Amino acid sequence: MKKSIMALAGLVTGLSIMTAQAALKPSVIYDMGGKFDKSFNQASYNGAEQYLKDTGTKYADFEIKNEAQREQVMLRMAQRGHSPIVVAGFQQAPIVERVAKKFPDTKFVLIDAVVDLPNVRSVVFKEQEGSFLVGALAALKSKTDTVSFIGGMDIPLIRKFACGYEQGAKYVNNDVKVLQNMTGTTPAAWNDPAKGSELARAQFDQGADVVYGAAGGTGVGINQAAVDSGKLAIGVDSNQNYMHPGTMLTSMVKRVDVAVYKAFEDVANDNFTSGLQVLGLKEEGVDWALDEFNQPLLDETVVAQINNLKQEIIDGNISVHNWEDTQSCTY
Amino acid sequence: MSRVNVQEVPVWLTSVVIPLLQLALALMVSSLVVLIVGENPIEAFRVMVQGALNLEFGGLHNTLYYATNFIFTGLAVAVAFHAGMFNIGGEGQAYLGGLGVTIIALSLDHLLPMWLMAPLVIIAAALFGALWGVIPGILQAKRGAHIVVTTIMFNFIAAALMSYLLVSIIAPLSGEATDSRYFASSAVFPKWHELFEGAAFSLLNPTLLIALICAVMVWVLIWRTRLGYAIRVMGQNPSAAEYAGINAKKIIIITMAISGALAGMMAVNEVYGAHSRLILNYTNGFGFIGIAVALMGRNHPIGVVLAALLFGALYQGGTELQFEMPGLNPELILVIQGLVIFFTGALERLVRNPIEALYTSTRANLQAGG
Amino acid sequence: MPTPAISLKRINKRFGPVWANRDIDLTVMPGTIHGIVGENGAGKSTLMSILYGFYTADSGEIAINGKPLSIQSSQQAIDAGIGMVHQHFMLVETFSVLENVLLGAEEKSLLSKVLNHGRKALQRIGKAHGMEVDPDAIVGELPVGMQQRVEILKALYRGARILILDEPTGVLTPQEADRLFEILDQLRSNGVTVLLITHKLREIMHICDQVSVMRQGEMVAHRRIVATSTDELASLMVGRKVGLMENKPSTQIGEARLTASGVHYTDSRGIERLHNINLELRSGEILGVAGVAGNGQSELLKILSGVITAQQGELHILTSKGEQRFVANESRDARLFRQLGVGHVPEDRLKQGLVPNFAASENAILGYEGDAKYGQHLLSTDNIVADTKTMMASFDVRPAIPELKTANFSGGNQQKLIIAREMMRQPDILIVGQPTRGVDIGAIEFIHQQLIKARDEGAAVLLVSVELEEILALSDRIIVMVDGRISGEVMPSQTNEQELGLLMSNAASTIRETLEVTLPEEVSP
Repeated sequence: MKKSIMALAGLVTGLSIMTAQAALKPSVIYDMGGKFDKSFNQASYNGAEQYLKDTGTKYADFEIKNEAQREQVMLRMAQRGHSPIVVAGFQQAPIVERVAKKFPDTKFVLIDAVVDLPNVRSVVFKEQEGSFLVGALAALKSKTDTVSFIGGMDIPLIRKFACGYEQGAKYVNNDVKVLQNMTGTTPAAWNDPAKGSELARAQFDQGADVVYGAAGGTGVGINQAAVDSGKLAIGVDSNQNYMHPGTMLTSMVKRVDVAVYKAFEDVANDNFTSGLQVLGLKEEGVDWALDEFNQPLLDETVVAQINNLKQEIIDGNISVHNWEDTQSCTY
Repeated sequence: MSRVNVQEVPVWLTSVVIPLLQLALALMVSSLVVLIVGENPIEAFRVMVQGALNLEFGGLHNTLYYATNFIFTGLAVAVAFHAGMFNIGGEGQAYLGGLGVTIIALSLDHLLPMWLMAPLVIIAAALFGALWGVIPGILQAKRGAHIVVTTIMFNFIAAALMSYLLVSIIAPLSGEATDSRYFASSAVFPKWHELFEGAAFSLLNPTLLIALICAVMVWVLIWRTRLGYAIRVMGQNPSAAEYAGINAKKIIIITMAISGALAGMMAVNEVYGAHSRLILNYTNGFGFIGIAVALMGRNHPIGVVLAALLFGALYQGGTELQFEMPGLNPELILVIQGLVIFFTGALERLVRNPIEALYTSTRANLQAGG
Repeated sequence: MPTPAISLKRINKRFGPVWANRDIDLTVMPGTIHGIVGENGAGKSTLMSILYGFYTADSGEIAINGKPLSIQSSQQAIDAGIGMVHQHFMLVETFSVLENVLLGAEEKSLLSKVLNHGRKALQRIGKAHGMEVDPDAIVGELPVGMQQRVEILKALYRGARILILDEPTGVLTPQEADRLFEILDQLRSNGVTVLLITHKLREIMHICDQVSVMRQGEMVAHRRIVATSTDELASLMVGRKVGLMENKPSTQIGEARLTASGVHYTDSRGIERLHNINLELRSGEILGVAGVAGNGQSELLKILSGVITAQQGELHILTSKGEQRFVANESRDARLFRQLGVGHVPEDRLKQGLVPNFAASENAILGYEGDAKYGQHLLSTDNIVADTKTMMASFDVRPAIPELKTANFSGGNQQKLIIAREMMRQPDILIVGQPTRGVDIGAIEFIHQQLIKARDEGAAVLLVSVELEEILALSDRIIVMVDGRISGEVMPSQTNEQELGLLMSNAASTIRETLEVTLPEEVSP
């Protein structure tokens, strides 16, 4: 590694200040949506911040604003000697593949997609498992036997959430109706609280009384609509229970923060492993959030029931369908 | 018709000095914003200029790469504007252009070399863009549906259509989630750093030359052809066009086709040249930037090219700013861009009127005195 | 000597290098009618705009009723008791008279109170000045003369004691104009000061007490009406003596060039604009079409030049370039007519005949841009400029700079450029609308000569004009249009303005009666 940075410094003029010591220089590249999206990107940010707090290691980060920046930024991070470079978001995968080949001594961590290279660790989550649990919880708490789902854009990742949710809801109550809507067709759909709120109200009008939003920043509006209509909402990616105690039923947490933290830590300890990491309930990569904010909504039997389901999935007694396996929601 | 305007404000003033002053005003107000955030504005602008113009990290190259997009979309808006139409659909037309490129590239990239591929791809991009422009044109000409409304709606239709095609058909075909696979490297434009050993990485590719050729062609079209003449009569005085026997419907439809084709050719730069694959929502608002570019460039190809360069520099400089000054939120660059549009567009007269008045009165005084 | 109502001293206003007003002095006594005459572009409108606060003078002093004032906005002018009636009315056509009068002068926030208060005030003002108007009539349904009255009432309602009227008779029949003069007379006797801007010298002589003449931005003379004559005023305006043109009647009237039979035209709003028009236009004659503006002449011009297509009836064109029959509802354009040798001078040069932002040379090919001599694939700038130079030379267009933006030419020169373009190709048929509207006297003379010359060379000329003098002086035959119909045909030698005026307004008055709308009594809630 030392050698490669030396070589780079020689190659790229003006970078000589980049010292030859191989100190940990971690970095994070967020996807569009920004690091304060209260959801996926923010979870990455939280992991990096936590590491900074614990070890004092500074990190560089960058928020992608357009497609053209991806390769440029990733190259610049690598040229500057950052490693690991944590790259959040499935849309970055093709670029990681290109850049990682050019910098074989730089460690890359790709979240939500898979790139098979010796210096890349791919971290994917079994969102369907977490979604299954919150779907089951939604069906248990629904008085109208109708629950609903709001996705951001109609893309495979989001269908994965939706399918797990539906399966979970049907698992505990086969008669439950699962309404589904997508917010939009452009990335604006990830940050459109007004539209989220509108869709949630429409679903409430159709009888739904629990809504699960998997739409990034749009979720803020979904959660607010639940407050306004006295219905229940389920958060996503980060734990959003604190946002509206009393109407936030739970959150499907995706521990992106842990993945980022671990990546930094592994490189620091020379422990980095490449390859695929699939994090489900068992690996604590996904989970349902139970804390003081949503405790009052849940009695012990329900909690026990959900935890029971969780154990069954971990033990392999319940198999949760992954939409991506068949490109369809059949379970 | 060369414009020797004896009583008018000269072109260097309207097209160079005034835009520069407007830009300076925008930058001054932006400086205030930077100050409020608690950073040094001079340093920030130094970083931006450095970031947009440096050679060692490909700053200048990327500026030119961004500018290529804006030349296309800016020309698209400008051409329509000469016919009195406000084409807000550059975004959707460019997106569809990407579909044309992708269809050709995915089906033929392993068969054809770049030299045969490039012309096909350019034609496909232009055709698909033209299609997406001509439908609102026909609706306007035959049904009177206002072009502003229809082109906006066609942006949404394009987004929905492309999302569907990408997610359900193109991406699964290639094994990606929301993108197409890479086109074979033998079939795509080489990028600058691939052509020149030792050049820094950038997305700059030969499409820039095509954009510049388009700018020249637009100039010829507008000021040297009968069609361009008819377009301008239509745009400036529809009653005069009717009087002259110019077929308004035909002109609307043809102009929208040309405008759409220009916007669609942005896909040559993005999909074919820079990324060599179709990416979900690759247009990323560049079509809308074309409106600002045309506005600032006063719908003249030279102005459009200059404004495109400025916006390219703002984009590239903004990326660098985010690297060098992490304290500045990346949204700040949007603020600066917004202010540039604000001062060159909405508040255009704020600078223009006093300067022109100053010029004419000074001139008159000089004449009266001498 | 009483304090002058208006006193202007050394007013200067410059637009770029052009002096629109230079050292203007003007004194208007209260309770008089003061005329301001001058050619187009003499600076009358600029001066009035300065007085009404649209422009600010570069230098000079304004005093209203002896009080020095700096008028920066029309609101300040209104506050100073100045009212203005524009040539083109500033009325909301779908509003009632009362609503139009009150618009912008609502003093209370509750509309019903405003209306009640305004109704009484309006009736009081109307009675005092002898112009009663039904306050509830919809303005768009009123005849033009009535609309003008609404404009005057609007100004008076705002407390105007000084009234500026800009070319008030341009849109009126002679009878309506007479009625307007009665009103102005009444206003004068009630102490209102009137500033009358016009280019019709007879009107000045008829109604004014004083007259001021402007020429090229300067005030060249002030006269008492009793001490001047039309001849003197005319020569003051142009700076030389002008005589009314002598027109020898046509000697050789030839075959029919353009025949219209049974033409009907209904516009996009469903209003019938032309009803059963039959006419024949022969080579070597000028056929004058008289009528108050808006009685179908515009549509007639457009149909005869191929700009629009009639829904019923036929046109037949026979020229040296060919013969063609045009049936109704057939898609076609003006280009086809031009190819047959039909020249068309449109009635509104800025709206139809020119693109003001274009260079003169670009406008010199409008409608003929397809001609082969202007280039094979690309337009040949050289040929276009050369042609423009020829046109400018032979039609005395000044300045003779083909590259100059058309908007920078004066109205008369713009008109000459259009006439040059349409006549250069020696058309067999020439359709001409309002050729001298807003054109200065020097240019009028020239344009008239050109029309006669074209006729004498065998062209068939159709001349539409609202200027009866022009029609009478030029035509070999006159038809009168009222409400989309041809109401009569006369020979110029056997008629006069009074008779024409009657022909123009007779049928119109019957229409007006049918238009009168009786509104139901307001129902109180």
